[in-house]
Amino acid sequence: MSDDKAPDAKLPGEQKTVDTHVEGADSAPGAGLEREDAQPDEALDAVALVPVGAHVIETRTGMWSAGSGDTSGYGRIVHTVEIPNEGLPSEGWYAGVVGRLLKLVPDALVRVVFDRGELTFFVAREKLTEVMGQLRDDAQLRFEFLPSVSGVNYPSDAGAELHVAYHLQSMTHNRRLRVETTCPDDDPHVPSVTPLYPAADWHERETFDMFGIVFDGHPHLTRILMPDDWVGFPQRKDYPLGGIPVEYKGTTVPPPDQRRSYR
Amino acid sequence: MSTTDDFYAQPGEETEGTVYTAMGGDWAEIAAEQAERSDEILVINMGPQHPSTHGVLRLILECDGETVLSIRPGIGFLHTGIEKNMEYRTWTQGSTFVTRMDYVAPIFNEVAYCLGVERLLGIENDIPERAQVLRVLMMELNRISSHLVCIGTGGMEIGALTVMTIGFREREMILDFFEAVTGLRMNHAYIRPGGVATDLPETGIAQLRELIAWLHKHLPEYAEFCNENPIFKMRMIGIGHQDLAACMALGVSGPVLRSTGYDWDLRKQQPYCGYETYDFESIAWKPTDGWAPSDSYARFRIRLDEMWESLKIVEQCADRLESSRGKPVMVADPKIAWPAQLAVGPDGQGNSHEHIKHIMGESMEALIHHFKIVTEGFRVPAGQAYVPIESPKGEIACHVVSDGGTRPFRVHMRDPGFNHLQSVPIQCEGGMISDVVVAVGSLDPVMGGVDR
Repeated sequence: MSDDKAPDAKLPGEQKTVDTHVEGADSAPGAGLEREDAQPDEALDAVALVPVGAHVIETRTGMWSAGSGDTSGYGRIVHTVEIPNEGLPSEGWYAGVVGRLLKLVPDALVRVVFDRGELTFFVAREKLTEVMGQLRDDAQLRFEFLPSVSGVNYPSDAGAELHVAYHLQSMTHNRRLRVETTCPDDDPHVPSVTPLYPAADWHERETFDMFGIVFDGHPHLTRILMPDDWVGFPQRKDYPLGGIPVEYKGTTVPPPDQRRSYR
Repeated sequence: MSTTDDFYAQPGEETEGTVYTAMGGDWAEIAAEQAERSDEILVINMGPQHPSTHGVLRLILECDGETVLSIRPGIGFLHTGIEKNMEYRTWTQGSTFVTRMDYVAPIFNEVAYCLGVERLLGIENDIPERAQVLRVLMMELNRISSHLVCIGTGGMEIGALTVMTIGFREREMILDFFEAVTGLRMNHAYIRPGGVATDLPETGIAQLRELIAWLHKHLPEYAEFCNENPIFKMRMIGIGHQDLAACMALGVSGPVLRSTGYDWDLRKQQPYCGYETYDFESIAWKPTDGWAPSDSYARFRIRLDEMWESLKIVEQCADRLESSRGKPVMVADPKIAWPAQLAVGPDGQGNSHEHIKHIMGESMEALIHHFKIVTEGFRVPAGQAYVPIESPKGEIACHVVSDGGTRPFRVHMRDPGFNHLQSVPIQCEGGMISDVVVAVGSLDPVMGGVDR
């Protein structure tokens, strides 16, 4: 529901030229850096574009980890796992960045999540390189530093089981941003951002190593932490931990992921 | 030395070119023999068990004589699956895991992880003041001890053995203090979501004052030994050069970034744990006297100066701890806080006789609560967080994802060394093979953090 709202709503205030004061830019400390270009010249009704509401990842029952018998009587508890979204705040630099990016790449964003003070752009993988390129190069965005890339496996997020999160830092404007893209389990391909950010090289190799996400266009996508001939992708949720049962005084202690545990 | 057989090759496997197997002490023979075939490129496998690779880093070098034509780092030898393991343990136990990543700066791993968890819990503003001061104190002492390891081992690798022996002497004093506070020299698991595990022991402040006095007395020695030492300078200046653009492109932060003159310290730029209330400077290299910046020497000097700044912060922490004696060190919410206020006993284990008396003799509800919070843990609302902090090496941060359960859904540690090793080729290619050691040492990678 919330997925298609952002690109459809066509920048209501795009024609207006409002001199929006961006607070984050002023409060950002810096060593004599130019701050003028931090003021977006676009109109920013981006706040209105951003759907408010949580994104449901999973629905589960009971209070124990999967696969274990439940004699507690709590088996009928239904629990919805949802990633909360407060919606873009009207204060700060957030709306300005969303507005500027939507001006440069009109249908860039699938969803914008603002949660606990952190801004996340969900981007379709087809648009990833274009969006990241603009985020890096545009003077008003200028997220020139990519500290980290990490994968997350949501097995029950149908059609988007594998997520890749790119954590960006703008040192020019002292802002942080996360760009997230997804790919399904049966087509685990995401374009590589290594040509844009050479720092992503090893991070993408690690994400491939751990999740099996193939970064198309990566110069040398091989395993980096696991042995070269390893089979399987250890950080996926269906990959077991350990797997060697330990025998103790005639009974067998199962590996940790098979023991009954609280969720 | 043997030149005929490569005894690491599989049976029947063909080797390309002549294979030398260095057995130690025979480098001159190999060099002499290779000199006869001077038109050939020598491929050298340095590490993973090489003393100057800071653990188990493998460097594959292509050399023409002593000039490095290409260098490729190979990592993963210390991969222990910490991130995967954390998904099967409670949020509190996560602290015990992350501390083992970068074992030279364990406190920073714990703080990065706990700040992420606290942001997810929404208790960032509820952490007691004394807990924040204790965190800053431990971090800054840890910064000094980590820099001492970097300077000490870096010195040892270029033959300045005294720098290493005095470096480890000072570090040992800091670790003694850590042991008195947390019970362990390393792998503390001292910083917990919600605060810290225990308050200072009775003698803590006195011990801290002694430590500060010791450091004041001994820290000047490094500058006296090294700063103007001609051999030291000849080995370091201009070596491992990496300019600002390369640092930005390769995600390099910390002293390596600041050696280019760019003053980026997260303690100043994006303060956390109350760093904005302390009086200290962030150190960036200002080129003077024609010394080229962005090199190993600049990084060494930055680390040296940073130790003094850290000591300044430690002194301020000591004053604050003195005036806040007896205040809480754990968040007030009993649904998150560890049930007992432990004290480190003579056996180094944490214990609390008061608490045991209470749960075993007085209140069944307290016993149930203790059992639940320790075995089940607490639930963390679904979402994700990434809180960067300035570790001795650079930006360290934990991408923490929760699905609302009692265990992390995904934890990914962004270790600065992981990015820094990517810049080994840009620093070393075209240089001499002996400078590789200096450049890698100035990057200060710790393989426990790089491989996790």
